[in-house]
Order: sequence, then structure tokens, then C-alpha cells
Amino acid sequence: MVVIDATGRPPMASGAVPRPVRSRNPLDHGVPTGREEAWRFTPLRRLRGLLAGPDADGKVSVTVSAPAGVAVEQLDAADPRIGRVLTPADRVAAFAMARAGGATAVTIPAEAALAEPVIVHLHGESPRTAAGAAAGVAYGHLSIEVGPFASATVVLDHTGSATYAGNVEVYVGHGASLTFVSLQDWDAGAVHVGAHAYSIGRDAKLRSFTVTLGGDLVRLNPTVEYRGPGGDAELNGVFFTDAGQHQEHRLLVTHTPRSCRSRVTYKGALRGDAAHSVWIGDVLIEADAVDTDTYELNRNLVLTDGARADSVPNLEILTGEIVGAGHASATGRFDDEALFYLQSRGIPPAEARRLVVHGFFAEVIDRIQVTEVRDRIMATVSGRLGETPAGDSTEAAAGAGAVVGAGAGPAGA
Amino acid sequence: MTAAVSTLEIRNLHVSVETEEGPREILRGVDLTVRKGETHAIMGPNGSGKSTLSYSIAGHPKYTVTDGSITLDGEDVLAMGVDARARAGIFLAMQYPVEIPGVSVSNFLRSSATAVRGEAPKLRTWVKEVKASMEALEMDPAFAERGVNEGFSGGEKKRHEILQMALLKPKIAVLDETDSGLDVDALRIVSGGIEAVRAKGETGILLITHYTRILRYIKPEFVHVMAAGRIVDEGGPELAAVLEDSGYDRYVKGDGAAAPAGAGAVS
Ligand SMILES: Nc1ncnc2c1ncn2[C@@H]1O[C@H](COP(=O)(O)OP(=O)(O)OP(=O)(O)O)[C@@H](O)[C@H]1O
Ligand SMILES: [Mg+2]
Repeated sequence: MVVIDATGRPPMASGAVPRPVRSRNPLDHGVPTGREEAWRFTPLRRLRGLLAGPDADGKVSVTVSAPAGVAVEQLDAADPRIGRVLTPADRVAAFAMARAGGATAVTIPAEAALAEPVIVHLHGESPRTAAGAAAGVAYGHLSIEVGPFASATVVLDHTGSATYAGNVEVYVGHGASLTFVSLQDWDAGAVHVGAHAYSIGRDAKLRSFTVTLGGDLVRLNPTVEYRGPGGDAELNGVFFTDAGQHQEHRLLVTHTPRSCRSRVTYKGALRGDAAHSVWIGDVLIEADAVDTDTYELNRNLVLTDGARADSVPNLEILTGEIVGAGHASATGRFDDEALFYLQSRGIPPAEARRLVVHGFFAEVIDRIQVTEVRDRIMATVSGRLGETPAGDSTEAAAGAGAVVGAGAGPAGA
Repeated sequence: MTAAVSTLEIRNLHVSVETEEGPREILRGVDLTVRKGETHAIMGPNGSGKSTLSYSIAGHPKYTVTDGSITLDGEDVLAMGVDARARAGIFLAMQYPVEIPGVSVSNFLRSSATAVRGEAPKLRTWVKEVKASMEALEMDPAFAERGVNEGFSGGEKKRHEILQMALLKPKIAVLDETDSGLDVDALRIVSGGIEAVRAKGETGILLITHYTRILRYIKPEFVHVMAAGRIVDEGGPELAAVLEDSGYDRYVKGDGAAAPAGAGAVS
């Protein structure tokens, strides 16, 4: 597919995809007021001061279990591997890098074929205040490196409670293949802000899953860059946003070399008063990135009134010769006809809703090949659907129209 | 009211839908009785209210019953939720079955059989049962792993409906234009599936159709003609033959208040 706009001129920089300041120095990043594009959806007050980089007074413990041959080290702050993939694009990420005091590094050697996943368990151990909010601030940095032609699965499992600013750098070697799962299964009071930066080598493949279930506020910023042609990045995401939760995923995929592929698929379910999800999908195809193939999709299922899903795909294309580029975003309600169909087969309403939500998520979750993780996610989703949602009369979903809003756009629209 | 006879009784049924201009009455006094083992055909022109009747029996929330009653063995069906009606023994094969992405056919069938039977079917016998029923309908076993109706062709959706009927063994099955959109082969297979359920004599069948061709495979004892929201004529199988020749013209002129062609009421 060749993309040329209606005037017949080749594409130009439209600025659709923002270019933030990148610096390790927190003071190079302005203090957000909340009006900035990057911050306008985030409730700044609920960041518990992370924008000011307070001293750590809490703890997130890191436990790594890895098959033989995988190196797990503690890097000191001056180690050159820190910052190799990530240059912070906002204050919180910059403070996290400055205050983490080093990093936990996991290195998978070249040509290793891991039969078992590497599990990195991050557990927030911060005490709760009387109000039930996580008080303790903690910083963290993880550096994952997959050697050339290795294949591995790495799971990040976030549990417990903390006010956590944590960055993750993932360096995928040439010809390597990585499945990466980041599970945000925090307790209710947690705040988690993080930059997840992936660098994809030549002919390397990343298949990532970002699964956000818990926490009071989670704001993640996955970014993908390619170091050579033939890179392939699949960014999958699932979130379940309940009453009062804010879950934000801001993605940026930058196609610089030629012949790389990206696929972004995020699915979210929202329920209850003031449940708020934000999905920003930025894809930038630079001038030399001919033969690029990209598609991004976000679908949200709004289960009750009072929940809000913001979904903004941005595509900016600076070359006319690509294989394909597109995006789609749709936010809808329960399909009442589907619920009727299931109930007309004897299935009670609550179970019918559970089946529909499972089906909605299955497209993404079924691709996670780590059985324990997949089952745990489905069980958590089931468990939460089994509860009566706050502020919802269970029959309220009936009678509402099917799709609230839908949009799909071809390249350059 | 003996327990051995399952009887669906519809009396003076009036049904409205909400439209932008306010409520609109679609069914205007329908009377109908279907007993276990009987086969009734309801025929009628487009828009006469056939699907409205079937959805009203199943309890679709879009249709409001403003007058009349529906009972199953004396139980008030209208007081039951959609799922309770199914568990009470009512089954609706839909004219346009709904796609449910990501919910596999096998998971769906097992969930519904569990709900309707009141306990989870034993896994070993269940697998055999599903397999045999699918074979009878010439369905590829691969369908079991696909999403419910997801990407199914029109004919595949109808087979899937009849598969569900065979597995759920309802007391009363309403088949809303199960024949439409089927080619000759598919019509033969689907009719065979319906006939197999009927032959057991445990199910009363209400076969809704626009055309007479399915009646070559399934012989109803009773034929009802619906026009403009009412049953306007009733008779035996011979009425279907009359309709085959002359169509519905005589019923639609004068808004359904035309002279009947059949042989008197059957209810
Ligand atoms: N939800 C609705 N809103 C407005 N009008 C409706 C609705 N459902 C049905 N109707 C109208 O009620 C009438 C009867 O519709 P119904 O679908 O019951 O007819 P039918 O006999 O099944 O027709 P067909 O042979 O085309 O399937 C039609 O005029 C239809 O437009
Ligand atoms: Mg109809």
C-alpha cells in the first residue's frame, strides 16, 4: 500500500505524534499542569507527589526466579546498561531513573532457548495509611537483555501496594524472540507509573502483554524502537477498570529502519462509577521506514454507566512506501442481543455477562502461552465479574444500544 | 393440567414495541395452543408479526406484552425471565442467530445444557452426545472450537440452532424461519434434524415460515396464517397447499380482515 494524501503530495510531518523532550535530568521536564497533551487525562493529584520526585519511604521488593543460565545482577547507578534503551520522556520516569539507585538486570545469553519463563516478582510492601491509601513511595529499574538468537519468556508480576515509579528497559538482540508479560495485579490502593521501553534488534520478535487489573492509578508508557530491519513487535494489552480506578496506557511505536512490523491490540472492560481508562496509540513511521507494516486497535467494553474510556490513536507517516498502516478504535456497550441469545439458552444473566466479557478478552489473553499467568488473569476477571459492581443495578445494561461509538481509520486519515 | 402433557397456551396476546413515534402495537390479539408432540406451522407475509410472536414467547426485552397471557402447563411464562423460560422448556431458534465473539461453541453448548438440565452433563457422555448430534447435522467437528456463530454462513447458523434444540430437548420449540437462507441440501439436513426431534414426540413445534418448501419435509398437523398481527386463518396441511398456489394476497388486502380460506379454527 502506498499512502499519499488526497492532494497527491507525499506525506509530511503532521505533528500528530508528539515528540516529547527526552532527558535523564528530571529538571529538563516541565512540571505538568494537566493541560499538556501527555497529562490531560491523568488525575495529577492522585499521583501522590511522584511528579516532584519525593524521597523513597516505601519498598517494592524484587524477586527473580530464572532458569539456569540466566544471569541476574544488581547494577549500580553508573552502569552503562542503564539508559541504553530508555531516555525518560517525562518527569516521573526521569525521577525514577535518578532515584532507583541502580537496577536489577536479567540477561539471557545468546542463543539460549529457555524452556521455563523468567519470573520477576515485584511486591509493594508499603504500609497503608488509615485511609487505605498506599503511602510508601518506591522507585525501581529493571533491565532485561535477550542475547542474539535467544528465545525467552519474561513475566513481570506486580502485586501488593506502593506508590511506585518504576522503569523497565528491554533490549532484544538481533534474531531473538521474547515474550514479555507485565501484569499489574496491585492491591486497590497502589499507584504505579512506569516507562516500559523496548528496543528490537534486526529480525527480532517481541510479543508483549500488558495486563492491568489492580491499583488505584496505573499509568504505563510502553515505547518500541527498532535497531534494524525485520523487527516485529506485537503489543497486546488487557485492562479491567473498576469503579474509581484510573488505568492509562500510552504507547509509542517509532518505525525508523525499513521493513519492520508492529501490531498493537488493547482490549479493556470498564465498570462502575468513575472507572476511567485511557489508551493512546501513537505510531510514527519515519522517512526511511519504507516497507513498514503497522496496525493498532483498541476496543473497550463499557459495562455500566458512569465509566469512561478515552481512546486516541495517532498515526504519522513520513514515507509514501509502506506495506500498510491503519488503526481502529471502538468503545461499546454489552451487546444486548448477545446477552439475550445466551439467556434464551437458559444461561442466567450474570453468567451470560461473564461469558461475553471472557469472549471479548479471549482474543488477547488466549495468546499468552504461560498457562499459570493466563489462568490467573481469567480467574481474576471472573472473580470480579462475579461481584456485584458498585453502583449498578444488574439489569441496567439491558435496553442500552449496542455500540456507543466506533471509528476506524485508514492510514493518514 | 396433567404433567405428562406440555401445553403452551397463548391467549389474546397484544405486543408493542417502542418506536421513535411512541409505542406501536404489532401483535393484536393472538390465540394459539401448542401441545407436546404437535407440529404447528405459522405462515404469513413479511412484517405480519411472526418474529414478534417468537421473541415475545422467548421474552426479548424489546417487546412489551400489553395484554393477554402465555402459559406453559399453566405456569405464567410472562412472569419468567428469559433464562427461566428456557429452563422451563421453551426454545427459540432465531431467524438471525447472534454472533458472540470469543465464546466457543463447545463452552456455550455445555453452559446452556448445564443450565437447562440443572446439572452439568457427564463429560464423557456429553462429548459423545454433541459429536453424534453434530454428525447428524453434517457439521464439521471444528465448529465446536469456533466462536458462537462467528463467521458462520447463514446455513451454518441454522444448523447450529437445530443442534442446540437437539441437545436441549425443549418442551416447546419455536423455529423462526429456520428454512430461510438454506440451499436445497442444507434444507434437507436441517429438516432432518427437526424431524428427528419431532419423531421423539417430546416436543411441541411451532414452525414459522414464509414459504411452503420446508413443509415438504416436515408435515404440520396445524397451519395458521398470520397477517397484520393476528391469526387470520387456520386449518390443516391442506391450507399450506392453498397458500402455495395463491400466496397471501387475500389476507393482506383490507389489513388482514379478509375471508379465511381454511377449514375453521383448531385451537
Ligand atoms: N423493534 C422494532 N421497532 C419497530 N418496529 C418493529 C420492531 N420489531 C418489529 N417491528 C415491526 O413489526 C412488524 C412485524 O415484524 P416481525 O419481524 O414480527 O415480522 P415477521 O412476520 O417476522 O416478518 P418477516 O417475514 O420479514 O420475518 C414489522 O412491521 C416490523 O417493522
Ligand atoms: Mg421474521
